[in-house]
Amino acid sequence: MKTRSKLLSAPYTVWMTIFIVLPMVLVAWFAFTDREGHFTLENILSVGQYSNVFLRSIWLGAVATLISLLMGYPLAYIISKMSEKRQSVMVMLVMLPMWMNFLLRTYAWMTLLEDNGLINAALRALGLPGVHMINTAGAVVLGMVYNYIPYMILPLYSVLTKIDKSVIEAAEDLGANSRQVFLKVVVPMSMPGIISGATMVFVPAVSTFIISKMLGGGGNLLIGDLIDMQFLGSAYNPNLGSAISLVLMVIILICMGIMNQFDDEEPGEGGVLL
Amino acid sequence: MKKAGGRIYTFLVFLFLYAPILVLIVFSFNDTETASRTVWSGFSLRWYEKLFEDRLILEALRNTLLIAVLSAAASTVLGTVAAIGINSMKRLPQRIMMNITNFPMVNPEIVTGVSLMLLFVFAVGLFGGRSLGMGSLIAAHITFCLPYVILSVLPKLRQMDPNLYEAAQDLGCPPVKAFFKVVLPEIMPGVVTGMIMAFTLSIDDFVISYFTSGTTQTLPIYIYSMTRKRVSPEINALSTVLFAVVMALLIVINVRQGRAQRAQKEDA
Amino acid sequence: MNNILSLQGIAVSYGKEQVLGGFHLDIRDGEFVTLLGPSGCGKTTVLRTIGGFIQPDAGDVFFYGKNITALPPHKREVNTIFQKYALFPHLNVYDNIAFGMRIKGKSEKEIKKTVHEMLSMVNLSGFAHRGVGQLSGGQQQRVAIARALANEPKVLLLDEPLGALDLKLRKDMQVELKKIQQQTGITFVFVTHDQEEALSMSDTVVVMDGGDIQQIGSPTDIYNEPKNAFVADFIGESNILDGVMLEDYMVRFAGQTFRCLDGGFGKDTPVDVVIRPEDIDVVQADSTHITGEVTNVTFKGVHYEIIVDVEGFKWMIQSTDFRAVGDRIGLSLTPDDIHVMETSAYSGRFGDYSTFSDEMDQDRQAEGGKEDED
Repeated sequence: MKTRSKLLSAPYTVWMTIFIVLPMVLVAWFAFTDREGHFTLENILSVGQYSNVFLRSIWLGAVATLISLLMGYPLAYIISKMSEKRQSVMVMLVMLPMWMNFLLRTYAWMTLLEDNGLINAALRALGLPGVHMINTAGAVVLGMVYNYIPYMILPLYSVLTKIDKSVIEAAEDLGANSRQVFLKVVVPMSMPGIISGATMVFVPAVSTFIISKMLGGGGNLLIGDLIDMQFLGSAYNPNLGSAISLVLMVIILICMGIMNQFDDEEPGEGGVLL
Repeated sequence: MKKAGGRIYTFLVFLFLYAPILVLIVFSFNDTETASRTVWSGFSLRWYEKLFEDRLILEALRNTLLIAVLSAAASTVLGTVAAIGINSMKRLPQRIMMNITNFPMVNPEIVTGVSLMLLFVFAVGLFGGRSLGMGSLIAAHITFCLPYVILSVLPKLRQMDPNLYEAAQDLGCPPVKAFFKVVLPEIMPGVVTGMIMAFTLSIDDFVISYFTSGTTQTLPIYIYSMTRKRVSPEINALSTVLFAVVMALLIVINVRQGRAQRAQKEDA
Repeated sequence: MNNILSLQGIAVSYGKEQVLGGFHLDIRDGEFVTLLGPSGCGKTTVLRTIGGFIQPDAGDVFFYGKNITALPPHKREVNTIFQKYALFPHLNVYDNIAFGMRIKGKSEKEIKKTVHEMLSMVNLSGFAHRGVGQLSGGQQQRVAIARALANEPKVLLLDEPLGALDLKLRKDMQVELKKIQQQTGITFVFVTHDQEEALSMSDTVVVMDGGDIQQIGSPTDIYNEPKNAFVADFIGESNILDGVMLEDYMVRFAGQTFRCLDGGFGKDTPVDVVIRPEDIDVVQADSTHITGEVTNVTFKGVHYEIIVDVEGFKWMIQSTDFRAVGDRIGLSLTPDDIHVMETSAYSGRFGDYSTFSDEMDQDRQAEGGKEDED
């Protein structure tokens, strides 16, 4: 009986082998060959030319992740303290913007941030000088935070609601004031949520190419744009594109490995296993 | 005092989340010839009329829905069956399977997209045929939807009393029938959640579709091309329509859940 | 041949660990049989083999003389009451009980009649349309019984069905289960680690340990004539001493020679001697050969449990008379208090109460109360 039900995952295994494992093998193969299919290290080595793009992507992604955490944590905490009925409404409100297409949401920010956009119009109406916002690194970070902050809030919220009230009462009972309770009990206990939230914001942020294109103009090229250019853009070169993709994956694996260092607990259900 | 602070903070975050959406909606009703995105010149439904006359948009919408329905259905069946298999595995193979399942979720979307593009182009090189189009889109969408289905079904399987399946057999059910009569109703919430996630992810996907669509248009790809060239308030109208549909769906789901909960309470 | 079930040479292993090896058991029609043993002794494995949920690596299962080893569970005329009941949460009480009959394609009219019969048998009339989530543990237990019996099984398998209930409810359910068994005449195979439950309900008790049957017999036989130190220790409280059978009806232990009722061991054979705590009479220290000092006294309601140190060996005595710690008392034994057993692999592993305390007692119970690993 048992052996038979194990076989049920066979179609899935075949599917994932063809559409996940094999494509990754192809990426690696393209990364290490030239256009004629001969082995070469040239692609990987030339990725070094773009180190400024990599550094910018990682920097902007990290800043966006940090802002999302600082902005999202208080909200998740406030929501977790609400009555159960209001909690589910609030969670739905956090998720709702995600149901609107990602491109449209980013496009909406274009209309807000433009030089003659709504924010500047409002500033001018108040007699204040306009601010140049679109096509800056700041706009890119804003777009990242805006698009990915729900991914930060939701895991934080789900960890925070699971914290046993009696643990907090025990800390109070042992003489901790509310600040100490928060810093010594609540924050450490929400670490798994922080880790998974940070991962879920950082990975898409560091590899995006839409946000930088729409809000960053031409001057804020990110890794994603670079890859896009090699496959569907002017610089068509899938071998170099594969090499960049491979390096991007390695960077992300390293970043997640570092983040998981802070999480001494066993990776939980659906968590990231490395 | 503390409570008021919390309220103001919550309000500000939600303002940040909803302001752009609100702007989009408001300007979808803007009556303007110059297609300006920021100057208000009166109420009009002209952009909605234009939207529903736009054959390209309607075609893209049709493609999107078709892909979403097919890939959600396929990934739900394949994923549910796979979850049952994974659940009955021993520790080590289970761990390996879960790592493969988690991989596309943690891998940057753009890398998944690029790698699938390479696969399809490479396959055409080997076997011939058309490379990128509806077929490749559906295969790609099934691929990135599968992990979500598995991860929503697996917890339900783990929560389930393993004796339930045996109890059904014990009472005379052959194995397959026992699955449909007892196991499936038990894990149904997970299956439905997985299917809804698959459906919405598929509708919303841009990055992976972008690399695997070839010349086929889906709604997100069409939106992308609109934002690239002429910027028309048609986009605003389209977003408003999509948003309204999602809102309506969510409200219906919530009302139904609320009713079910109330019915349960009254029963107790 | 009135054996309804016969297990012959059953071997089952999980991975590398062998749980059963060459297991034999015959069960007579209409019997209430209990498989009794500690966690991991293989009792649940036996039950699951009968139910068809485990395919044995070797051996055969016979049902009325017919080999049913390869028959899948849904084709067997046996039904199981699972440990946590395994009621279908998406169905109400009525539909749970009707489940098996609907599979068999019985008419709704007939189903309705049977469901109501079953509900009244388990004292749950009027609960038909409740959701199973709204029932208490005891009520869920009754629904599980009704669901199984509605299927008219020839054999009912019960896997620690009372384990999740509290003490009071457990006692009530014991009586009720026994009554149902007598009413219906169905063969019950009951698995438990609770010796009291086994003794009070069963016609036949099968004591198991390490995948082997240690003893089969009626509850009184098992209690009064334990075959080895394991059975003596597992069933009730026992003082188990090393002894030597000098000749028939003459045994030497605790430095003394006693008359006893056992024979046939041969001359000067080492044996295990069992003395039940309630059989020992407490007397004045100077009127007997065995004397010792009271080291611990616990009030148990009906009696006192007294631990007496007799030259380093701690005896347990149950007495209605109170003795204070530090008292010197004498222990008096009559020949029928003394039960002699052959030595076995278990000799020397049980018997002395020197590490005994109330805490230990609780620990042991908690350990036994854990779910069977198999």
